Amino acid sequence: MDVRSPPEQPSITVTRDGDMATAVFSGAWTVGNAQYAEAAVTAVDCGKAMRVTLDLSGVTTADSSGAWLIHRERANAEFEGRRVELANVSPRLQFLLDEIENHIPEPLPHERRPYAAIRFLTNLGETTVTIGKDLVELLAILGVFGLRLATAATNPRHLRLTSILSNFDRTCRGAVPIVMLMSFLVGLIIAQQAGFYLQTFGAALYVVDLSGVLILREIGVLLAAILVAGRSGSAFTAEIGSMRMQEEVDALHTLGLDPVEVLVVPRLIALIIALPVLAFLSAIAAMCGSILITWLYLGITPDLYMQRLHEAVTPLELYVGISKAPFMALIIGLVACSEGLKVGGSSESLGRHTTSAVVKAIFLVIVVDGLFAMFFAAVGI
Amino acid sequence: MTAPSDGPRRIPPTEGGNADENVIEVHDVTVSFGTFNVFKNLDLEVKRGEILGFVGASGAGKSVLMRTILELVPKQHGTIRLFGKDIDALPPAESAELNKRYGVLFQMGALFSSLTVLENIQVPMRENHNMSPRLMDELALMKLDMVGLARSAANKLPSELSGGMIKRAGLARALALDPELLFVDEPTSGLDPIGAAAFDSLIKGLRDTLGLTVYMVTHDLDSLYSVCDRVAVLADKRVVAAEPVQKLLDFDHPWVREYFRGVRGRRFIGHA
Repeated sequence: MDVRSPPEQPSITVTRDGDMATAVFSGAWTVGNAQYAEAAVTAVDCGKAMRVTLDLSGVTTADSSGAWLIHRERANAEFEGRRVELANVSPRLQFLLDEIENHIPEPLPHERRPYAAIRFLTNLGETTVTIGKDLVELLAILGVFGLRLATAATNPRHLRLTSILSNFDRTCRGAVPIVMLMSFLVGLIIAQQAGFYLQTFGAALYVVDLSGVLILREIGVLLAAILVAGRSGSAFTAEIGSMRMQEEVDALHTLGLDPVEVLVVPRLIALIIALPVLAFLSAIAAMCGSILITWLYLGITPDLYMQRLHEAVTPLELYVGISKAPFMALIIGLVACSEGLKVGGSSESLGRHTTSAVVKAIFLVIVVDGLFAMFFAAVGI
Repeated sequence: MTAPSDGPRRIPPTEGGNADENVIEVHDVTVSFGTFNVFKNLDLEVKRGEILGFVGASGAGKSVLMRTILELVPKQHGTIRLFGKDIDALPPAESAELNKRYGVLFQMGALFSSLTVLENIQVPMRENHNMSPRLMDELALMKLDMVGLARSAANKLPSELSGGMIKRAGLARALALDPELLFVDEPTSGLDPIGAAAFDSLIKGLRDTLGLTVYMVTHDLDSLYSVCDRVAVLADKRVVAAEPVQKLLDFDHPWVREYFRGVRGRRFIGHA
């Protein structure tokens, strides 16, 4: 009844008699025993015998994997020039053996691996071409984005306000608590660390200068951008990518809609509005953290902190920080959406592109921040 | 169209196998989603070596019953026996053994999208048994040939295959461990009539050569007439009939009458 029981191990006993050899197969030749069956088959040695009888009387049960191994042994022996006969084949096994005759797989062609040096050069070349293509694609999306903004100036209907608003809601409002919490903690840590060292010089009050400039110029916007890259960037890639997998992007094409206009532009606009807001809130939260820790740890009261802050920084520091946000948002959105549009048919490709979107976006955000620092230093702000 | 009885010669049953044995026994099963009953006190039996067609209106729960038997949907009441064993009473180890005795072809194929066709077929072999790569390659290619897929499809990804090829590849994966029982969910939906007929005869051929029992959820009247030994009809939240298709023509139930004697169904009467 149960094909896989009793689980007798398949075995072959060979008796040789001059020119004749008899191999008696026994046991259950099923897929569950395939490893033992294969070992038994490989171990068969017929020596010089030119006439071989495969006696299958001991085979209790067999399925197609067992029948395949019996067939393989027979074919091997015949290939070596022996005459092979099957004996005592049960009707069921005979049926399976006949069936296998109709479905003999050709051996897989063995692919030769190219030399390591050639593989390295091929990879290098392919990667270079891919990077070039990526850049062109990024520029193409940027171009469409610019074009849509221009047409929107004459015809606002093209702007898809609903889509922009719903994306803004998800990227901005949803991110507020986590961005503020994270920035608050980082502000706390910066002020505490700075205070620890400045205190030894008796210059504890300069903590205000340091955290004011650092937070307003860099930390606020950077933290917000990195978090948005991880949070919304990955979401954009996954959304657009899974739409590509389900042929939804192709459906847009056939409906005469431009996928970049429908999917990418609203997300980019939403992100460009959202990130400055988040950067501002992030800076506020970090300042709160800084005020709290200087009060508790260094004994500088909030009153004194605010007074010192007025002397140390101007609103310009905040403007410098916030002004970087739209550019970072543009880069995060462009990278995420273009990676999403590159997703192929498999779930693995979706994962790969989502990862690369987040990694590229965070890397580029920091590069852009560096470029801005050089720019502002050059113009003397 | 050939009647089921005059097909090619069939494989003799396994030693000690009983042709009258029930492979699937569903008894008194109730499944509900929230307060909505999908089935109420449903009974169904599938015998060894038969191809059972399972029909019912769209949304009546044909796939749900298959998924209930496969333990993918929880049931509220009743017992299900596979190969005579109550699936709820089995310890985990035996339950895993039972899994190896049936294969499933899902409606969309459900191939793993990041693996090639050959690797897809090898997944059950690799996970359940310790086989040499050579043997796995040979067996997978043999199954590929059995379901009628060209060798060139072996190293393709599922996204590069057509709908019919995906179903064939899914079938090859379901057959990887030589199951005794095969579940297929709408195997011919989305195939052209030639492809659908080829798939029908493929399933019938596999039953004849490998001795499978087939549980086939279908909508295709062609399949019902050409390959199914019995047809079970799901209506009014239970199986109202499980008979050879000729007997169902005269069955007295409004939905069954509409199904087999409606505009589409009428064309088959007299042909079969």
